[in-house]
Amino acid sequence: MKILVAIKQVPDTATQMKLGADGKTIDPTGITWIVSPYDEFAVEEALRIKEKRGQGEVVAVSLGPDRVKEALRSCLAMGCDRAIHLNDPAWGAADTLMTARALAAVVKQEAPQLVLCGRQAIDDDMGALPAQLGELLGWPSAYWIMEEAVDADGKTVRVARQVEGGLEVFDLPLPAIVTAQKGLNEPRYPTLKGIMGAKKKELKDVKAADVGLAAEAPQLSITALEALPPRPPGRIIQGDLPTAVKELVRSLREDAKAI
Amino acid sequence: MEKFRGVDYYEIEGLLSEDERMVRDAVRDWVEAEFLPVVIEHHRAGTFPLDLMPKLGEMGIFGATLQGYGCAGLNNVAYGLIMQELERGDSGLRSAASVQSGLVMYPIHAYGSEAQKEQWLPAMARGEKIGCFGLTEPDHGSDPGGMKTRAVRTTDGYVLNGTKLWITNGSVADVAVVWAKEADGEIYGYLVERGTPGFSTLDIHGKFSMRASITSELAFQDCQIPLENKLPHTKGLRGPLGCLDQARYGIAWGAIGAAMTVYDWALQYAQQRVQFGKPIGSFQLVQQKLVGMITEITKAQLLCLQLGRLKDEGKARPQQVSMAKMNNVQMALDAARLARDILGAAGIVDEHPIIRHLMNLETVNTYEGTHDIHTLIIGRDITGLDAFGM
Repeated sequence: MKILVAIKQVPDTATQMKLGADGKTIDPTGITWIVSPYDEFAVEEALRIKEKRGQGEVVAVSLGPDRVKEALRSCLAMGCDRAIHLNDPAWGAADTLMTARALAAVVKQEAPQLVLCGRQAIDDDMGALPAQLGELLGWPSAYWIMEEAVDADGKTVRVARQVEGGLEVFDLPLPAIVTAQKGLNEPRYPTLKGIMGAKKKELKDVKAADVGLAAEAPQLSITALEALPPRPPGRIIQGDLPTAVKELVRSLREDAKAI
Repeated sequence: MEKFRGVDYYEIEGLLSEDERMVRDAVRDWVEAEFLPVVIEHHRAGTFPLDLMPKLGEMGIFGATLQGYGCAGLNNVAYGLIMQELERGDSGLRSAASVQSGLVMYPIHAYGSEAQKEQWLPAMARGEKIGCFGLTEPDHGSDPGGMKTRAVRTTDGYVLNGTKLWITNGSVADVAVVWAKEADGEIYGYLVERGTPGFSTLDIHGKFSMRASITSELAFQDCQIPLENKLPHTKGLRGPLGCLDQARYGIAWGAIGAAMTVYDWALQYAQQRVQFGKPIGSFQLVQQKLVGMITEITKAQLLCLQLGRLKDEGKARPQQVSMAKMNNVQMALDAARLARDILGAAGIVDEHPIIRHLMNLETVNTYEGTHDIHTLIIGRDITGLDAFGM
């Protein structure tokens, strides 16, 4: 069974974001890049499906600039068999739809039985791509999945997601798209041998023309990014206790309108 | 405190290969997720999380630079970075890995027979078997050549008599690499399995340092071992010293990890702790301490990186390893003391990692060759004159 895992490289959660000079981009200096955590669940699940079935191939794919190779190599170190890097300046300003079109083109070439990805990337939290990809391919898709089981024949996948008070269970005919929610599994650490072996695995650069896509303009563009406003300083109410309490209650009621 | 972000003032990151960075990051994530949540309870109880040994083995930490026998075959810089990240967790964690890799797997790989390698290396690489290293004795620490432990050849093996002290993982080890003198006055190495009659261990209690690490005494009383348990390819003090050279190299890197964590913690604390209406990081005396720490850490990082590159080229000399061990551990100890100062009273409780590292580093400063002994090794190297009093 061939499984394709779509991953995104995102800034590490510990990174303190700074706006770029143009006010529309993030300043990349000092950013540590990682595989988006939900995508790691997807990689882990793909590897487990392959291990359980005793055969198959797991292909990691990602779109982005040269630095994305490091994220793909992490996937190879975890155990993916090969990787595809959608790396073309034409995709420099790709929105989710352009990215979905590029992935759909790769899926058509690779013809996997299952596409896995995270429920959303933790940078912009759009979460739009899996649905767009499903639409472009005409494949069934299920989101925020906590449990997954491909049937023995590889014809269907049973998935479950958490809803208020229980699990909602679906059967999807394959090929299908499934997105991973936290709780699906516990991703493995890459082993040192896996890391050393990663560079011997295939990591293929793919340009837009290679997958038969013509240049297009993104339909979504960022107008402005704003940093969160700094938190206003706290206020310490001085004075003796009864007066201070009165002032606190007055301030909560009249200034903050909290009570 | 914010998640540890690494300490790199001189863009040393750029001098590392992608593989080396990935290895470091994998171990850093592991320590963060698996070890740091349990270290305080083990430190308080004076125990080591033995259940983590197979997990470390699964990652490929043990014997990581060795070729074959299920080992990862990494270069020495990657190995150093592993030690750095483990000691960022705790010196006890790094010690367990150092002993397993540098002091047990290394001599079996370098001096052992094929049968010994097959028997021990793959299982030790997986963390299923644990090893310890018996060189130091109650009366012979810095002077191992004067050891009293004796091995006497019998018709079908050797009989060992003597005591070894300050042995990391002694009581939990499946196999001990024991150094003893034979009738010819030369030192040889022997593999002694746990449970061999005449071999007993006793743990050392009351430690104020290396609490999350097992330290034992090994006693050999007419302990009979078979002929094939002798390491065939080593004779003389050179054998154990070769092992120590491996372990000291790891310690030099490990000390950077301890220093990085106390620095990062103290820096964040100084930025957040307000006294006299300002963060204490705004005071000149606090800044001086932090600047001293980052400067020394940066120098230590460069020292280790170049040493690792030399080692990969087969050019690193033991005296150079001595310099890195001596300098970096002293640096880390100084950094921990300064960090403890910056934290004030908070610096002595274990919810902050400072006092734990500070106490650990007191051990690291004197084991595997004391600071003074390394000074004499380098002194003899540059002057050509021996100051060991021999």
